[in-house]
Amino acid sequence: MDRVPILKIGEVLLVSIQVDMQDQMAMRLQTDLGERIVETGCRGVIIDITGLDIVDSFVGRTLSTIASISRVLDAETIVVGMRPAVAITLVELGLSLNGIRTAMNVERGMQLLSVGPPAPEPVAVDDSDGFPRTLYAVARTAYAENGQAKQQPT
Amino acid sequence: MTTRAGAGTRQCQTIAGDEDVVRVRQLVRAHAVAAKLSLVDQTKLVTAASELARNTLVHGGGGEASIETIDPAAGNGPRLGVRIVFSDKGPGIADVDLAMTDGYTSGVGLGLGLGGARRLVDEFELDTAPGSGTTVSVTKWAR
Repeated sequence: MDRVPILKIGEVLLVSIQVDMQDQMAMRLQTDLGERIVETGCRGVIIDITGLDIVDSFVGRTLSTIASISRVLDAETIVVGMRPAVAITLVELGLSLNGIRTAMNVERGMQLLSVGPPAPEPVAVDDSDGFPRTLYAVARTAYAENGQAKQQPT
Repeated sequence: MTTRAGAGTRQCQTIAGDEDVVRVRQLVRAHAVAAKLSLVDQTKLVTAASELARNTLVHGGGGEASIETIDPAAGNGPRLGVRIVFSDKGPGIADVDLAMTDGYTSGVGLGLGLGGARRLVDEFELDTAPGSGTTVSVTKWAR
């Protein structure tokens, strides 16, 4: 039976699903991935589903299970490349991909695995001449934390 | 695929194994395109068909799917759409309300199959009784 190929790129295992999977094939991927994680000691798994027209409850559950298995084996799973129509359908179907991190594409998935979430930029506060620069720093910190500019009192 | 799905055509697919669930998805996709469903609606219908085909296989012990493009020009319906009828001669469903409940599962699945499929289509009919099989008919209309 056909298998989904698993590629090792640096410390990451990359799985690109390009065909309409039979259920057996999805089950096989689950087993194969577990073995490859242990074999390679990789800490991250990226599953590219750009090629999937649909994700039904079976495939969704398989992705969740893969993520759980990986976590137990000390690797993180990121699903990338979900089509918008697939996302809409998944939500309506009632499937929440539990424990799965997602990213737009393989590149962003790789970034997530290598550096984690972006930390807020450290802001140097120069108090020597006082007021304006400090306020600027406060505003920048607030921006970094809240994602929006803080209104300065007038 | 050599036969192109067109207005008013109807195709039957036996569901006896995993590979047939994939075939049902492909046939439904072709009909959904022929009926000019939007991409999101195509995706919803194919996903619903996948859930129901797997139900037919796993719970009904196999059966068949009949896929039909509905077209006023062909005189088989009021507007453009796709209708799929899944039928099996399995054990049937004793408690329909319970089976439709999200999270209820008789075995292997997530329990989203029936309820989830109903949410993804415009019309949903379930005809079943213990011992006399199950027939599910779903329709998605073009907008």
